[in-house]
Order: sequence, then structure tokens, then C-alpha cells
Amino acid sequence: MNSGKTMTTGCHFSHKHILGIEHLSAEHIDHILQTAESFKEISGRSIKKVPTLRGRTIVNLFFEPSTRTRLSFEIAAKRMSADTFNISASTSSATKGETLIDTARNISAMHPDIIIIRHSCSGTPEMLTRYVRASVINAGDGTHEHPSQGLLDMMTVREHKGRLDGLKVTIIGDILHSRVAHSDIIGFTRMGSRVFVYGPATLIPVGLEKLGAVVCGSLEEAVRDADVVMTLRIQKERQSDPLLPTFREYAQNYGVTREVMALARNDALVMHPGPINRGVELMPDVADSSQSVILDQATNGVAVRMALLYLVMGNT
Amino acid sequence: MSQSWLLKNGRIIDPRNGVDRQGDLLVVNGAVAGPGEAATDGVREIDVQGCWIVPGLIDMHVHLREPGEEYKEDIVSGTRAAAAGGFTAVACMPNTRPVNDGMAVTILILQRARDGFARVYPVGAISKSSRGESLAEFADMKAAGVVALSDDGRPVRDSQLMRRALEYAGDYDLRVISHSEEKALGRHGVMNEGAVSTRLGLMGIPTAAESIMVYRDIALAEYTGRPVHIAHVSTIMSLDLIRAAKARGVRVTAETAPHYFTLTDEAVAGYNTNAKMNPPLRSEPDRLAVCEALADGTLDAVATDHAPHSTLEKEVEFDLAANGIIGLETSVPLTLALVRQGLIDEKRFVELLSVNPAGILGVAGGSLAAGVPADLTIIDPALEFDYTQDTVVSRSRNSPFLGWRLQGRAVLTMVDGRVMYDLHQRCEQHSS
Ligand SMILES: [Zn+2]
Repeated sequence: MNSGKTMTTGCHFSHKHILGIEHLSAEHIDHILQTAESFKEISGRSIKKVPTLRGRTIVNLFFEPSTRTRLSFEIAAKRMSADTFNISASTSSATKGETLIDTARNISAMHPDIIIIRHSCSGTPEMLTRYVRASVINAGDGTHEHPSQGLLDMMTVREHKGRLDGLKVTIIGDILHSRVAHSDIIGFTRMGSRVFVYGPATLIPVGLEKLGAVVCGSLEEAVRDADVVMTLRIQKERQSDPLLPTFREYAQNYGVTREVMALARNDALVMHPGPINRGVELMPDVADSSQSVILDQATNGVAVRMALLYLVMGNT
Repeated sequence: MSQSWLLKNGRIIDPRNGVDRQGDLLVVNGAVAGPGEAATDGVREIDVQGCWIVPGLIDMHVHLREPGEEYKEDIVSGTRAAAAGGFTAVACMPNTRPVNDGMAVTILILQRARDGFARVYPVGAISKSSRGESLAEFADMKAAGVVALSDDGRPVRDSQLMRRALEYAGDYDLRVISHSEEKALGRHGVMNEGAVSTRLGLMGIPTAAESIMVYRDIALAEYTGRPVHIAHVSTIMSLDLIRAAKARGVRVTAETAPHYFTLTDEAVAGYNTNAKMNPPLRSEPDRLAVCEALADGTLDAVATDHAPHSTLEKEVEFDLAANGIIGLETSVPLTLALVRQGLIDEKRFVELLSVNPAGILGVAGGSLAAGVPADLTIIDPALEFDYTQDTVVSRSRNSPFLGWRLQGRAVLTMVDGRVMYDLHQRCEQHSS
């Protein structure tokens, strides 16, 4: 590995765990993104493998169904030559049997180097750090954070815009239940972007401005002159909480169409953390337009996760 | 063993009788001595220089977990913690297993309490099994010894049931203690709704979930003319409603817990399950309003809502953790902090922790008048101590104050002139 290239900032990366963007300074975010940019090239090779993490053991501990994030982490680990193991458990079956802490202690006793955890309860990765010796990477916890997604979003925007500073980043949709929105709001704000959010009041959490976001009063205000327009997956109802009357009404009032995108800058990027409800929060023609960088997000996800695995291992 | 004591050189604070003086207090045969009474042969002297002698403290809202969840606490361990915290009496909530909704459980609790270290006043359920459907047998429970009624933890949703409970309870002179909460608001909430819950990604419980039901309960008390007591008040809006209701003569009383005037929702940071309780820790403006309401009389009592849980309920994901913290051993120092901050005076401290709880529950205590049973607490207000895992007396250790250095504590607790707790081991311990 060309460590010289990744260390150009001279940043001392001291994080053993990646629990959330909230714990990362602008300098550290920049360092992760630079490291990821340098790793991206590996995925373009015909032999997509470097020996950097040979002999390292990585456990994917997923308490919530996930296809893309787990696959992305697994590909990242394998491209770094680490040994990976997947454990899937539903939270409910885990509650009936073994406690999370017992599961964690058992896994820890087998000496993994990194545990990647996804859990439907916020704060679980942080709790895990108190019981295991391994590095812990949060692959999404409840409605708290999804730091690797936030980082890959920043990487994708920086790749296309050349910077993050001074950009207007707009996020539309279910902010209340979105850990991606939380990580993006904190991350983009920390990197100098201005983050604007919009959605029905039922989906905007109290005190969001304290995270650094501007809560807009209209779709027009949110999208006008935006450099980035990100939409989030919408759910009509969650655990019997009536959030929206119909998808139809949502699509008509909050859905991002070509007309809405016309308010943004001509070169504005269209993003979505997936999976998309086509025709609800994002119209198919917008999702598939030349402005869409949704597939770049997936590509960069692997690079960002390679960088995180490398960096938490003390970049040795 | 003699139950006669001469407590020398203390500061006797007895607001019910207008007393705040430096001096000695004589206890003869388990009762506070009258003016003419002299020390007899069997009297033992204890120098309590620098300490306060106050009527025994009463915690009107605790969960002793017996019957049913003795692995968390039982009546003996819970009252031992009470005595260590300076309490000579506790009122225990009915959410045991089975629920204390009838004579049988009440009798069991009182029987077990004979081996305890403090007086135990059972609170009976408002509704059968606290299901909120039909009234429990108030007359029977009153005869068996309950002092009040509550569906604490499972708030009465049906307003008609609440109205009938207030009316019927009044016939038996039992106070209804309301855990005022509209459960539909914040149904999935695990902490106060606000900037902190948003930051932590935890679902919130809005302040309105409390104040809506506080208003309903006040409206019913006002309409029926029956008294109601609001448990663990935590929000500005609830306090404003209670203040206004009192001003127009509604028979409403209210308590708060030490955590609501000591901590805010910031204590949840790090997903600390020992900062999870219901109602949840609120924001700083709410905390300040609680302090103010303790001083201005809007709040009548400090009660701990002592809610023991084991690691089985607390060393889990935050969303899944049980609500509640223990409080008996930290109530005195945390309330004394308000005295040191000048928010309340010593007299008010005694009113909040002894005089008013006795009055609201209609039980003995709250007074050091001649002839009353010698239920008293000796407090060293200056004594500093570290509250740690190892020093906890309760069977459970779910406290957000572990690791805190606290100031002021009970050094001696007496019930009927018998020593139930003696920090400095100066007296022969009451053998249980
Ligand atoms: Zn309660």
C-alpha cells in the first residue's frame, strides 16, 4: 500500500472505533476521504486485491437485514485480504435467547480485529465497545448514525464538485427516521457545506437545527440553487405512527421531479442512499438522469469502507 | 435494648411545630419526651454536634418489588436502603407481581415489613391488576392498610374511570396518586423529545405527554371536589398547571424526584441506561422550573420513585432497557444541594421530605412534638462521601449518580426510638 500518499495531510488518525461522524473532526473526515480516494483505484484493477489486512479477522454482526451495506463492507474487507465472517441475527430472537452483551463477549473471545455492527437500536455500537477488545465500526444504528454512508456521500460530492466547502446540500424526506440524514447533516456541515432539509413536519425531528441543519419552509426554498439534492426513502407509517396520508400525496408535494430539479443549480447532483421508492420520493427520470450519482455512491462505498478498515487498524 | 436516647448538641428542625433550635432531644421509651421529662437510667447519650435532628423522612413513592421481583429488591433490602438514606417510612407502589389490588397482597406486604428497617405504607391499585378497566376494592384495601391509591407506571387512560376513582377514593379518605401520562404521545419514546434525542437518534417523549394528563387530572379534581396527587412532575407546563390550580383552590398536591432537579436529558449521552426513566429527564429550563416550584410551594414533596432493576434489565440496548433508577440513598444529599445553592431553606427541606408527605398520605410522622413515636433522622449536612457500586445498600445498583461525590447524608435513622441505621456505628444496631 502506498502509505505515503494516504498520509499527505500529516493527520494523526487515532480513532479505534468508528461510531459516528459526530466523533470525527473535519481534519479526520478529510483524511478518511483522501485515504478512500487512494483506495478507489484498487477496485478498478483486474486483480482487485491488496494484502494490507492479510491475517486480520473481521466479523459482520448484522442484527437488521441489509443487502448493500453488508455486501459493501464484505467486498471492502476481501479486497484488503482480511478474513470475513457474517453473523445475522434478528433482534427479536436475540432478545429471547442470548443478550447482546453475551454475544459480544463470545465473539470477542475469538479475537476478531474488527466488528462491524448494524442494529435497530441507536447506541448499540457504542455499547459494544465497552465489552469487546476489537475495533467497532457502526454500519447503521437505529435512527442515530450511518457514518460510512455519510462518508461515501461526502466522497461522492467532493469527487464531482472538487470541494465540500460552501456547497448547498439539500436533504428531502424522512429526516426523523434517517440515520443517513443525521450523519450527512453533521458531516457536510463540519466540512463547510450548508445543509438544508425539507419534508412534512411529521418527519422533521425536534431540535434538528442544533445539528447544524437549516429547516426549510418550502420545497422551493430547500432546492433553489442547491448543489446537491438528496432524497430519502419514505415510509407511510412506522409502528402505527401515522406519518403521512398517502404516497400519492407525498409524491405530489415532496417528490423530486424534473421541475423541482430545475430550481437547483444546473450542475446539481441527485443522490439517494437507497433503496429508492421510484415515483414516490424520487421520479424515475430524475433518478436515471445524467445528474444522478446514485451508482457512484455505491462504488465509493467500497473505497470508503476499505479506508475505514485500514485506518482503524492503526494504518500499519 | 433500651429505646431511650439523649441526642445532644444537634440542630432540631421541626417546622410543623415551629422549632429550629440548637440543643438536645430526649427520647424516652421510643417516644419524643415532653418538656418536663427527665433522662432516666437507661438513657444512652449520643453527641450529634454539627448535625440536624429532623422528623423521620418519608419517601412517598418507591417500588420495593416484593412480591414478584425479589431479585431486584425486596421489602427488607428496600427498607434497609431507605434507612441508610435517612427514611423512616416509605410508601410502596402497587406494581408488584401480582399487583397490589386487594387485601391479600396488602397483608403480605405489611407482614413482610415487620422484618424491615422502615415503616412501609402500601399504596393500592386504582384498577384491578392496574389494567385501567374496573375499580379495585378500595374499602377492603383500606381496611387492610393501604394509605393511598395509584396505577403508577400504567396510567389510567379512561377519564371516566379516573373520575370514579377520585369520587370513590374520597369516601374512604384515600388519596389518588396519579402517574399523569398520555401514553399515545411518545408511544415509542425512550427519552425526552428534544435536541438531545435527535442527536442520539432516540425516539422522544414530548413534555405534552405529561401535561395533558396533569390537566385532565386537575380538571377532574376540580369538578369532583376530590383531592388528587400528581406523581413525579417533570415539566414546566405541568408545574404551571398545578400552580394555577392551587391558586384557584383545587385540591391538588404534587411531588418531584431528585433526578428531575439534578439532571437533564444530557445525562442520557453515551446511551446510559441508568439515565432512562419515565417520565424522562427533561431539558435545563424544565429542571430550573422544578427547582423554582420546590421553593414556591407548587411542589409539595420530594419522592424518589426508587425503582430497582438488575443488570438483566439495564445492561441491554438503550431502547430495550427498563425505566427507572434507585433513589433512596441519594435523595438527602441531592436535595441538600438545593439548600446549599440557596434555592430552598432547611425548613423547606424538612417539609418536602417529611412534613408534607405525611400530610398528603394522612399518616403519622413529620413532627417531633412531645409524645409522638421517635421516628427521626439525624443528618450531617457537611459530610462528603463517594457513592459507588460498593457502597450501595439497595439490592440493585441502577443509579446515574454512581461515581458522584455527594455532600450531606443521614448518619442515624430511628423508628420508634429503635436504631435502624447508624453510619458511625455508635449505637447498638437494631437486630432484625
Ligand atoms: Zn410513575
